[in-house]
Amino acid sequence: MSLDKDTVRKVATLARIKVPDADLDNMAKELSGVLGWIEQLNEVDVTGVEPMTSVAKMKLTMRADDVTDGGDAETVTQNAPEGAHGFFVVPKVVE
Amino acid sequence: MAALTHMTIAEARAALKAKKISSAELTSAHLKAMEETRGLNAFVTETPERAKADAARADAVLAKGEGGSLEGIPLGIKDLFCTEGILTTAGSHILDGFKPPYESTVSAKLWQAGAVMLGKLNMDEFAMGSSNITSHHGPVKNPWRKKGGNAELVPGGSSGGSAAAVAARAVMGATATDTGGSIRQPAAFTGTVGIKPTYGRCSRWGIVAFASSLDQAGPIARTVLDSAIMLQAMSGYDPKDSTSANLPVPNFEAAVERGVKGLKIGIPKEYRLDGAPKEIIDLWEKGIAWLKDAGATTVEISLPHTKYALPVYYVIAPAEASSNLARYDGVRFGLRVPGKTLDEMYENTRAAGFGAEVKRRVLIGTYVLSAGYYDAYYLRAQRVRSLILRDFTEAYRQVDAILTPATPSAAFAIGEKSDDPVAMYLNDVFTVTANLAGLPGISVPGGLNADGLPLGLQVIGRAFDEETVFAVGRALEKAANFTAMPEGLR
Repeated sequence: MSLDKDTVRKVATLARIKVPDADLDNMAKELSGVLGWIEQLNEVDVTGVEPMTSVAKMKLTMRADDVTDGGDAETVTQNAPEGAHGFFVVPKVVE
Repeated sequence: MAALTHMTIAEARAALKAKKISSAELTSAHLKAMEETRGLNAFVTETPERAKADAARADAVLAKGEGGSLEGIPLGIKDLFCTEGILTTAGSHILDGFKPPYESTVSAKLWQAGAVMLGKLNMDEFAMGSSNITSHHGPVKNPWRKKGGNAELVPGGSSGGSAAAVAARAVMGATATDTGGSIRQPAAFTGTVGIKPTYGRCSRWGIVAFASSLDQAGPIARTVLDSAIMLQAMSGYDPKDSTSANLPVPNFEAAVERGVKGLKIGIPKEYRLDGAPKEIIDLWEKGIAWLKDAGATTVEISLPHTKYALPVYYVIAPAEASSNLARYDGVRFGLRVPGKTLDEMYENTRAAGFGAEVKRRVLIGTYVLSAGYYDAYYLRAQRVRSLILRDFTEAYRQVDAILTPATPSAAFAIGEKSDDPVAMYLNDVFTVTANLAGLPGISVPGGLNADGLPLGLQVIGRAFDEETVFAVGRALEKAANFTAMPEGLR
């Protein structure tokens, strides 16, 4: 599988990473190299094999639906690049 | 007091208890070693004030004849573990200035056991790498050099700072994490011992996430016993990690000297790679002979899907990473690069904040999870992962543990292998299977190659049977009698 520039541009947009146009060709080449190597998985017969979705055979435990934490907006926002009054500040979203 | 930094954790613990030494002395000897080895770039953050305060507290506890299993022992913490109020960067520019308001469960357990914190250790960015060259804080240097050579070598990765600091005697032990080999490969490259326990043994809570179904914390130390002492303190059920195993933690320390008499050790024929260096195969043969001499029997086994493990890993790990790393958006913590719109701010922040390898993996992960490709890549990889686990389940019907080389080569030079991502990925060829199957694996130094560089042997055990892994690891350690040290440390 080789990726073209447009696919890389689309994937980069999905991943919210700006990739300058000048870098797209090189990135496409690198990613194609890795994906081409991954394609050896097509040799494996996986008929009837369940996908492994959990590492350990364990049931997720249930707990009571109680509020046990929270109410600490200052602590939660203390690492924000921009915050005010216990809120995160972002660029204007609604005109 | 150079001798203090050459003690093992077990020796230092006994000396502290007997009041032959104080934690203050032990800690200041390590702080000095940390300063003297700054050229290795093993630390991102040094915390000498915290270390001194921890040592004073430990000495007060020890004076009363009390104390935890690591009381007064100076350790380093990989920069992937959140430490309350102390810079935690995961080796990434995007976490600039991040001081977590909470402590990871594993590091909290170490402080509860009385350990002293020396600082935070350098690593590949978000634990993505096998050479520690992807760190935003610059590469870590291996304290080892080739005999008669001067080229700077990588310490392996991603826990390169942990391994280098332990090998350089700047810390007595260190926390590390292993997603595809990031504990065992650097341990092998630096002549140290590293164990990745069974998935679920250590809580992942408060460890910056890379690939959640593969990540496990574990220790790097200088002896098998020391790694058992550390893992004992790090392990245990944590309701805050839904994949943490609600099982009692066995007495690892007691298992170390259990011996291997009567054990059946599997030798997987698929690990005899075409083109594997002779020194790697020779060491493996030695390991087989050592275990036989110690009373074990060895059996050839087959793990037929071994060759697919790395490609499976490079679908699953990037897929999980692309999802986990979505949180770095310039809003809640770390770096923000402004943009005209919210989306542009995200894109600019992530373009500036992530390094090349992280971007590559996030893009691969995004691609394999995107509409139209999910079945062909991600679902297929998960099915092959089932087959890899099945290989091990079958093998463990007839053997108690498996012996393999830890890495396909010794440490290489900084800059080597860096232009071909796939060549770099092959470093983890022997270690990645244990992550995919969730099994415990230890790397123990087996000897030096012709260039005078350490090589490691790996023991993989059954799920939640770290005890056998420690026992076999100890038998190898005893037989190998590895006493070599990086030049300049003797």
